[in-house]
Amino acid sequence: MRGAKSAKWVAGAAIIALAATACGGGNDDGSDSASKEKGKPAGYVSVDVGEPQKPLIPADTNESLGSYVIQSLFTQLLEFDGDGNIVYTNAESVKSDDNKTWTVKLKPGWKFHDGTPVTAESYVKAWNWYANIKNNQQNAFWFEDIKGYADVHPEKGDPKSQEMSGLKAVDDTTFTIELDKPVPYFEYKLGYYTFAPLPEVFYKDTKAFGQAPVGNGPYVFEKWDHKKLIQVKANPDYQGPNKAKNKGILFKNYATVEAAYQDLISGNLDMIRQIGPKDLPKYKQDLGDRTVEEPYAAVQSLVPTFYSKTFKDIDPKVIQGLSMGIDRATITKTVLNGTREPATSFTPPGVAGNQKLDTDVFTFDPAKAKALIKEGGGVPDNKIWIQYNADGGHKEWVTAVCESIRNATGVDCVPDAKPDFQTDLEARDNDQVKSMYRGGWVADYPLNVNFMRELYGTTAEANNGRFSDKEVDAEFKKGDNAASLDEAIKDYQIAEKLVLEKMPAIPLWNYKINGGYSKSVDNVAIDFRGDYVMTDVTVK
Amino acid sequence: MGRYVARRLLQMIPVFLGSTLLVFAMMYALPGDPVRALAGEQTVDPAQIAAMKKDLGLDLPLWHQYWNYLVGLFQGDFGTQIASGRPVADIISEAFPITIRLALFAFLFTVVVGISMGVFAGLKADTLRDRGLLILTLLLISVPSFVLGFLGQYLFAFQLGWVEPNVSLEASSSELILPAVVLGSLSLAYVARLTRTSVAENLRSDYMRTAVAKGLPRRRVIGVHLMRNSMIPVITFLGTDLGALLGGAVVTEGIFNVKGVGSAVFDALRHREGATVVGIVTLIVVVYLAASLIVDLLYAVLDPRIRYA
Repeated sequence: MRGAKSAKWVAGAAIIALAATACGGGNDDGSDSASKEKGKPAGYVSVDVGEPQKPLIPADTNESLGSYVIQSLFTQLLEFDGDGNIVYTNAESVKSDDNKTWTVKLKPGWKFHDGTPVTAESYVKAWNWYANIKNNQQNAFWFEDIKGYADVHPEKGDPKSQEMSGLKAVDDTTFTIELDKPVPYFEYKLGYYTFAPLPEVFYKDTKAFGQAPVGNGPYVFEKWDHKKLIQVKANPDYQGPNKAKNKGILFKNYATVEAAYQDLISGNLDMIRQIGPKDLPKYKQDLGDRTVEEPYAAVQSLVPTFYSKTFKDIDPKVIQGLSMGIDRATITKTVLNGTREPATSFTPPGVAGNQKLDTDVFTFDPAKAKALIKEGGGVPDNKIWIQYNADGGHKEWVTAVCESIRNATGVDCVPDAKPDFQTDLEARDNDQVKSMYRGGWVADYPLNVNFMRELYGTTAEANNGRFSDKEVDAEFKKGDNAASLDEAIKDYQIAEKLVLEKMPAIPLWNYKINGGYSKSVDNVAIDFRGDYVMTDVTVK
Repeated sequence: MGRYVARRLLQMIPVFLGSTLLVFAMMYALPGDPVRALAGEQTVDPAQIAAMKKDLGLDLPLWHQYWNYLVGLFQGDFGTQIASGRPVADIISEAFPITIRLALFAFLFTVVVGISMGVFAGLKADTLRDRGLLILTLLLISVPSFVLGFLGQYLFAFQLGWVEPNVSLEASSSELILPAVVLGSLSLAYVARLTRTSVAENLRSDYMRTAVAKGLPRRRVIGVHLMRNSMIPVITFLGTDLGALLGGAVVTEGIFNVKGVGSAVFDALRHREGATVVGIVTLIVVVYLAASLIVDLLYAVLDPRIRYA
């Protein structure tokens, strides 16, 4: 009986192997303070932040995974606290009398991780490099306010100059930024991590730098095992206010959110950024007070495309009516499992300038919804489509929103799935969206301006609905020409009220982070972008 | 024999070219622009996207891109990833070793357990133990592998605590046992059933009766006479299965967080990383071709009547 024998042998081997690993696990459980996480140095925290899409260069990263790592390695001039107020990090002060010429004073004595000093020149040179079209940096457009941007980043052809005329280093710790025109809220933009400085070593080999960056931030780069993990250690010489309270971070890559969650509850991971739909119903029971559930500055909305047959020359009342046909409260509670908060304005809470709009446009009211749509002349063909990408977990709520609109207003609503985000974006760029698409926007800086001008200005490049309104543009311009930041915020608040009358989008809800952490860490908080404040996390 | 192998190897060249061209064309035909997608919902600068495409050679017509790819391939260059700027060869060399280990474990499990079970059942066809095996394999065939994966994870990691739920970064061999069993269980069912049928059938054949009548010991009758002939259909299946194990690990690798070919190719597809997809698929094609050549050669070993000129 050959067969029987070998079967027994294999089963035996498997059991021995399993028993061996079980013993290993059991022993580690005994020492309660030390994490049993394999390969994690003592005092480090781990978080499920997957593989950044691109090399780690501050101006070439705009997705959340890469930005986590960038923010741990680099410190720009300033940061924001939980209320959206400015906190100076590398800058001592940023001042301007006319909102046009800004003078930046750096804190003295700062060093890059390789020991070279952080000077005004480190900023000026880096920004010039970022903005240059030859270097193809994703976030180059962030520098477009600066005088001379068009010279280094022309719409066509080669740059006319290597430097922007608006940037001047005065001495080692002072530099000036001259803008094309006054921008009262320019200081806020400086908090975006793209404005980080670069050390000299960067220019020698930019490619190698992207794989092993040398920053000036609270953490020092240690290693990057592609698709597996990125490890950084605390910078002992860091002088900023956000000095690391732990010894380092492991950014670990998981194949699925479910896998990450399983590692979290079995003690192999300290923090998780998002709970998958499968575990959402039970994660509060599993984690107890280690649950993280907080709103952050992001809005999900439905964006009508004003070139489409449906919404061409539409009366905004119709869009208001559609908005009132959506039962936000029920959908966020049931379909979205409480992971969103119904929107009450075009800006999310947590950004400066967020206001209570005195309106019922965001309230579910079928009767009034119907009346408004009728008043506005109805929807052409009495049918709308909502385009979304099927790879992002949007199907359920888009279906629910459609259902709600159909029942409340009698307008036929059809979800229009694109297989993935790329296809979705392509249809938006090429003006091929049938009626409306699913839009989402996370704050780059915590200011209402970021949710208005960038999305609804006629020339704004993220305005894929092709909304164009002279009055709104004029209001935005007024805000841009305001004498101070406070006035700019107020002007944009007025603009928001006008936007409400024109309805370039239907805000649905604000995002919440639904995450959690293990027993071995403490002091877990999130910032306005919905990212964990990694420097504050302590190890028990 | 030598000429046969040489001919087969030569035949691989057009198959190789055809399959890469096909995958290349499919990636090209997919909607969605990988360069544009890098910016997401943020602002896009058309000039910059055009410049990046030019740098990457993505503005060229399909045939030209394919030509460039082939030329690179013959110089040992698998191309570069669009987003990360890393050579595809690096991605492949990171992903393949662990998947090959996983697939080999699963393969070994399939071969040893599957054939044993099949022989065990086939020797006494239509008895209780045979029926039991048929029911068990039917279960394995009908349960999707992600159900089996989650079930295994729940049972062995959370209830019994024998293993960690996920494969860690080191991916030690003991951690790979559970995913390999899950991955191999579908083919296990097929192998067991194939073996069982073939063994049961051959038991009644003339040469078996002769061997028994000659008074050969039972060990030899079953081990040599019966097994050699019964293995031909099983080996055919196993040959193609090895390739399927490599390519079909997407679900299992996802559940157990294995950073292998499955997740690499899935990621690449999602991000429209053409060069990566073509590179990985090409290698899987090569594995398929090699496996089927080995299978064909094994026929001659198993059945002396089969000869290759």
